[in-house]
Amino acid sequence: MPTALAAPRHRTIHHRARRPRHSVASPRKSLALTLLMGLFLAYALVPLAWLFINASKTQADLFSGFGLAFGDSFALWDNIVRTFTYDDGIFLRWLGNTLLYVVLGAGGATLLATLAGYGLAKYAFPGRKAYFAVILGAIAVPGTALAVPTFLLFSELELTNTPWAIIVPSLISPFGLYLIWVYTLESVPKELLEAARIDGAGEMRIFFTISAKLLAPGIVTVALFAVVATWNNYFLPLIMLSDPNWYPLTVGLNQWSEQASGVAAEPIFNLVLTGSLLTIVPIVAVFILLQRFWQSGLSAGSVKG
Amino acid sequence: MPPHPSRRPRRDWRGWQFTGPFAAVFVFVFIAPLAYALWLSLFQNRLVGGNAFVGLENYRTALTDPQFWDGFLRVSLFLLVQVPIMLALALVAALAIDGARLYATGLFRLVIFLPYAVPAVVAVLMWGFIYGDHFGLTADLNELLGTDLRPFAPDWMLASLGNIVTWEYVGYNMLIFYSALKTVPFELYEAAEIDGARGAQVLKAIKLPAVRGAVVIATIFSIIGSFQLFNEPNVLKPLANNVVNSYFTPNMYAYNLSFAGQQYNYSATIAIVMGVITAAIAYAVQLRGTRREDR
Amino acid sequence: MSTLKRRTVIGTVPAALATGALAACGDDTEPAAAGSPEDLDAALERGGKLTYWTWTPSGEAQAAAFTAQYPNVEVEVVNAGTATDEYTALQNAVAAGSGAPDVAQIEYYALQQFVLSDALVDLGQYGLADLEPQYTASTWAAVDLGGVYGLPQDSGPMVMLYNQAVFDEFGLTVPATWDEYVAAAEALHTADPNRFLTNDAGDPGFAQPLIWQAGGRPYTVDGTNVGIDLQDEGTRRWADLWNRMLQPGLLAPIPTWSDDWWKALSNGTVASLISGSWMPGILEGSVPEGAGNWRVAPVPSYDGTPVTAENGGSAQSVLKQSADPALAAAFLRWLNSSPESIAVFLENGGFPSTTAELASPEFTGTAPDYFGGQKINEVCVAASENVATGFQYLPFQVYANSVFPDTVGAAYTEQGDLNAGLEAWQESLEGYGEAQGFQVN
Repeated sequence: MPTALAAPRHRTIHHRARRPRHSVASPRKSLALTLLMGLFLAYALVPLAWLFINASKTQADLFSGFGLAFGDSFALWDNIVRTFTYDDGIFLRWLGNTLLYVVLGAGGATLLATLAGYGLAKYAFPGRKAYFAVILGAIAVPGTALAVPTFLLFSELELTNTPWAIIVPSLISPFGLYLIWVYTLESVPKELLEAARIDGAGEMRIFFTISAKLLAPGIVTVALFAVVATWNNYFLPLIMLSDPNWYPLTVGLNQWSEQASGVAAEPIFNLVLTGSLLTIVPIVAVFILLQRFWQSGLSAGSVKG
Repeated sequence: MPPHPSRRPRRDWRGWQFTGPFAAVFVFVFIAPLAYALWLSLFQNRLVGGNAFVGLENYRTALTDPQFWDGFLRVSLFLLVQVPIMLALALVAALAIDGARLYATGLFRLVIFLPYAVPAVVAVLMWGFIYGDHFGLTADLNELLGTDLRPFAPDWMLASLGNIVTWEYVGYNMLIFYSALKTVPFELYEAAEIDGARGAQVLKAIKLPAVRGAVVIATIFSIIGSFQLFNEPNVLKPLANNVVNSYFTPNMYAYNLSFAGQQYNYSATIAIVMGVITAAIAYAVQLRGTRREDR
Repeated sequence: MSTLKRRTVIGTVPAALATGALAACGDDTEPAAAGSPEDLDAALERGGKLTYWTWTPSGEAQAAAFTAQYPNVEVEVVNAGTATDEYTALQNAVAAGSGAPDVAQIEYYALQQFVLSDALVDLGQYGLADLEPQYTASTWAAVDLGGVYGLPQDSGPMVMLYNQAVFDEFGLTVPATWDEYVAAAEALHTADPNRFLTNDAGDPGFAQPLIWQAGGRPYTVDGTNVGIDLQDEGTRRWADLWNRMLQPGLLAPIPTWSDDWWKALSNGTVASLISGSWMPGILEGSVPEGAGNWRVAPVPSYDGTPVTAENGGSAQSVLKQSADPALAAAFLRWLNSSPESIAVFLENGGFPSTTAELASPEFTGTAPDYFGGQKINEVCVAASENVATGFQYLPFQVYANSVFPDTVGAAYTEQGDLNAGLEAWQESLEGYGEAQGFQVN
């Protein structure tokens, strides 16, 4: 995995290295620091390497041999096929559900957070202070424990066991709101807005034609975090859904894991591991994809100052 | 720019067209359930005998409930140890990456962040496997090094959880700090260089002030996260069911009260008490953080 | 609890959270109209659509066989989670007043709880009480809770499974009494400190059948009058015995069903298990390394008299929320009493609750290679005839089990006194029962 990730990165690194910022902040690379940071790298990667190695084992190999060594047979492909075909291909269905929740949930969350963060930063509207305080205060309430009232409210509206029960709560990203608020303060000059207003542009139009472009790096970042949050969502679907046909990957995988217990126990640890690996791959891919936009955006932001 | 009455009104409602949609959804998925939880907390519903208004009795019970406070102390301990370690590591990583003295900076940034992209459930399942002292890497290590690591032992459980949480979020916090560092104008570094500032001085005068706001925010989010600790212990529970008991964290307690014990009312009370405590502490941190910022 | 005794009673049990702001919720939980046996055949004729929650591996195949026979009925099989996960979803649906399936799998120990929340249909009105002779006494007793609140699917008379290869290697003989059992545990662990006769990290689903086998009857339930005595003679008998295993460290502290546990079974770290008669099928299916090594024996006894208990097993029940309870009951009748359905269930490795299947020579005669050609079902069927009677579970057993780790579990981790843990558990259960409005004594 590391080499695959390193390839696209290298180009950007050379690109960055040519920029003047680095001539200021001491351009000489430090091997010692790099090695020290290698510990971070190892910490992040060893568990993932363990997952990859063990996803390539058969159930029998899992129960014998060293964890960080490959088993007698390299069964990754076999495991992947079984993961996708097990129980009439329910894994694929979970993948599709997750994508649905991510596209609508994270997409919507990004839009709402961007609008609201921008509005909070640029308009002294009545109730602004209370707005911010309420949002900050409310996120301190354990979401998990609000699950019961949320569940009961949603079941009143017959939203439980539907995708909406997952999507609607995903639309709120207080962190995204905060991030856009900060970005707006940093990167959208008041003068620009004033100039546009003098030209007679409406507020929404100003936002979409001028501000949104300036906010692009922030928006991509918020989208990134929203995607991760939705992809990782576990507790809400666990409570809201009883039909596995609507499960996202996380809940489905945990169900597979718990299948190893009780009267009808049928452990499929190899599929849990392979499924876990497969669950990580798309989100990593999305991250790399977004990272390239995000990085250029960030750099642009820092150069502009 | 000349002042214009319609540009600078005292009461400018235009902001609401931006903030309104978020607020509407927020009210629906946060405020309404919260209000409902408040309502629920005033009642007591019994399996036998039905529902009754009990006023603040649930709160009285909660405030003297040893199980609730046991869980609260546990997450407080977790918070006091794990959060500083995690944030310090994240800050070091962010400074190292921002400092441009690293080979392959992009690789480091990406890889250290990667665990954040791993769903918590998957991360805990994976670490749970690794922790297994018969099945997992721990067993292999014990055999190889002759050690007797038992990550699920009562004395080690919090540390094992702390490790999972740190692994998940160190990269995330690193990115927050890194983004903050990125907002430092290039000219500032140039000016510092002209002034002859080096290494530690730049760090102290430019970089640390630049991340202070981000540190405050990250601390607040981490406090909230610690007080709400749920997914990690709950997914680990089948592997260490006596250590991770039903009131291991306040949030697990609330969950088990409602979903195993059907004490929805008392569960809502616990959630509210915990929310008030969390909000108060988060607010205090924010006040302290911003006061410093104002200088 | 508190001094606030004057309470305004606003709601009733099924309309649990219906008070105030959300007054409507719970209204769907109207009691089903009284039915009759004729309704069932008519319902099958008429047809319709049913939702069936189960985690039984044969669920889909059984539903398919049913639809083949009754093409007018469509059955959607949903795996809403295993055991407690499903109960959470089910309890949520009951509390919310909607979202429950027509038919659901519920383990025997949890049945009381759903009966109490008025969630289940009494199948007696459809004449299904007549099916009693088809089932073993212990499984029927588990569904006959002042009404027939389900039909038994499987049973789990406890047996002992042991790894003959390990026993041979260490010269152990199969213990017939608990004293021999403790001696064997000592001998094995002394000979190889990495091996254990068995594992137990504290599991209410295991401790209670053992208490049952020891003659403990800690719970007495009569409507809303609940008696809890986790220090009765039988319970203490078990705790004293198990202390002899726990305190010297003869129990592997590996939670049953964890990945560690499966590995320990595979590599012989854990040399025997006491479990329900459904366990041989699971071993054969999921611990291939043990092929040829495992055998089945009766559970050790205290005094030489063979006696055992039920460990696990489920019934299927019809939910009151069902739009067509007659059709649901008709499906259930077919599911758990027709030979066609039970044949599918057995093919998938289930252990039946029906006496006809238990007595059939085909069933008792199977001699799987996995068990070295032993006719294991002979042992299991004999066990099903030796299940002690009169054990009751609490009407809030799911909750009770969830706080077992807090109390008895603590005794396990400290390798302390199980009796102290049981007393703590009792205290916790009494508190809960009283808070929930039961008469606890």
